[in-house]
Amino acid sequence: MWLYLGSSMLIAQEDLLSLLGKDANTYLTTASFKSTRIINSQSIENTAKGVLDIKIQHRFASIENGVSDFFGLDGASIRLGLEYGLSNRLMLGFGRSSLDKAIDGYFKYRILRQSFGKKQMPLSISIVSAIEIKTTPFSDTKRRNYFSSRMYYSYQLLVARKFSDGFSLQLMPTWVHRNLVKLESDHNDIVSLGVGFRQKLSKRSSLNLEYFYNLPNQLEANLYSPLSIGFDIETGGHVFQLHFSNASAMIYKGFITETPDRWSKGQIHFGFNISRVFTLSK
Amino acid sequence: MKKFKFIIALILFVQFGHAQKYFSKNAVLKFHSDSPMEKIEAVNSTASTVIDISSGKIEFAALNNAFVFEKALMQDHFNENYMESTKFPKTVFKGTIQDVSKLNLTATGTYKVMIQGDLMMHGVTKSVSVPAEFVVDSKGVHANAKFTVKCSDFDIKIPAVVKNNISNDVDITVKVDYNLLNL
Repeated sequence: MWLYLGSSMLIAQEDLLSLLGKDANTYLTTASFKSTRIINSQSIENTAKGVLDIKIQHRFASIENGVSDFFGLDGASIRLGLEYGLSNRLMLGFGRSSLDKAIDGYFKYRILRQSFGKKQMPLSISIVSAIEIKTTPFSDTKRRNYFSSRMYYSYQLLVARKFSDGFSLQLMPTWVHRNLVKLESDHNDIVSLGVGFRQKLSKRSSLNLEYFYNLPNQLEANLYSPLSIGFDIETGGHVFQLHFSNASAMIYKGFITETPDRWSKGQIHFGFNISRVFTLSK
Repeated sequence: MKKFKFIIALILFVQFGHAQKYFSKNAVLKFHSDSPMEKIEAVNSTASTVIDISSGKIEFAALNNAFVFEKALMQDHFNENYMESTKFPKTVFKGTIQDVSKLNLTATGTYKVMIQGDLMMHGVTKSVSVPAEFVVDSKGVHANAKFTVKCSDFDIKIPAVVKNNISNDVDITVKVDYNLLNL
């Protein structure tokens, strides 16, 4: 009996909370990236339900001419964009670029979310579907031009994992369909394998990298795969993304299939994205 | 045989008398901070707590990322920039009810007690003393408490640019409906 009482006292000395058993909740991994973009491409992040994200994006001309055009800053191209979360899984976006006077619309849907706790999911997966429309006049007015010739369709699968507090990796196979191409021999469909990551440098800043490898024998000659490197700086409701890239377009058909510049030639463009979020409804 | 039964009964009685414990897995923690620019509020309704009446010991544990904020971005920043929830996932309180003999959770009434113990948050342990109120009514045992924590006490840094948006003082309200723990 003494032995029994002794053992019961031992139990009482243990961690009381352990009596309740294991935590049976599932927790979603958040903040794999600071913004809905890594640099040019979409990231695995969505704007939350009822949140509007206003994006102001600039890309400058290449730095190769040096002081004469102030390292490209004289030649700016801009995109203004809006993103809105219809639910915590579905996000809509619109934008207008000065380049090609293009307008673009897209949705991003979360299929899987990385989670821990009771239900453990190692990856997050989202899909992006975008329509991009060039609105500049047709170069050849003699031929019969269709509205559909202005259209580009892009589909992207985002597979991401936040490995640690600071490091997140994303793979993003992307398919761009161009309704109209210059030559009959040009491909309408371009498949590109993208990879991006972010490494946090401090609580509020990170180093981001993004590369799209265009599968060989698809793109016209003298067009290259875009490589971008940048920094995210977050200050409360704003995220500033500053970067260098050989691409100067901000929509899929542009940066994936129309990048004539190369890092090796010093054709590097400075650019930034500014994102400001507003909570419109709760 | 009779003697044996008596011993069994005695053991059961001792066990029952000593091990009376109450618990909840849905304790509600409210977080409230007022600053000139912004009011920040969050609720965590999945905190766990256990009381051992025999020793007066009381414990709480809450997952930091179970705090739900009004704005999604605030929640992200709370976990990413302030609490560092990946590094320090849980906030734990382990303490003792000072005058536990005054507390009779089987009789209807309102009991005011002091709880003293250690609050472990963001990798820092600090001893705190919290006045609490236990209410026993026909529905069961309820507990309420309110106290203030200072971010600076727990090594939670508020950058100068957001000093006007985020206050150093955070009011925490605790609300629990306790159930008897059957072991």
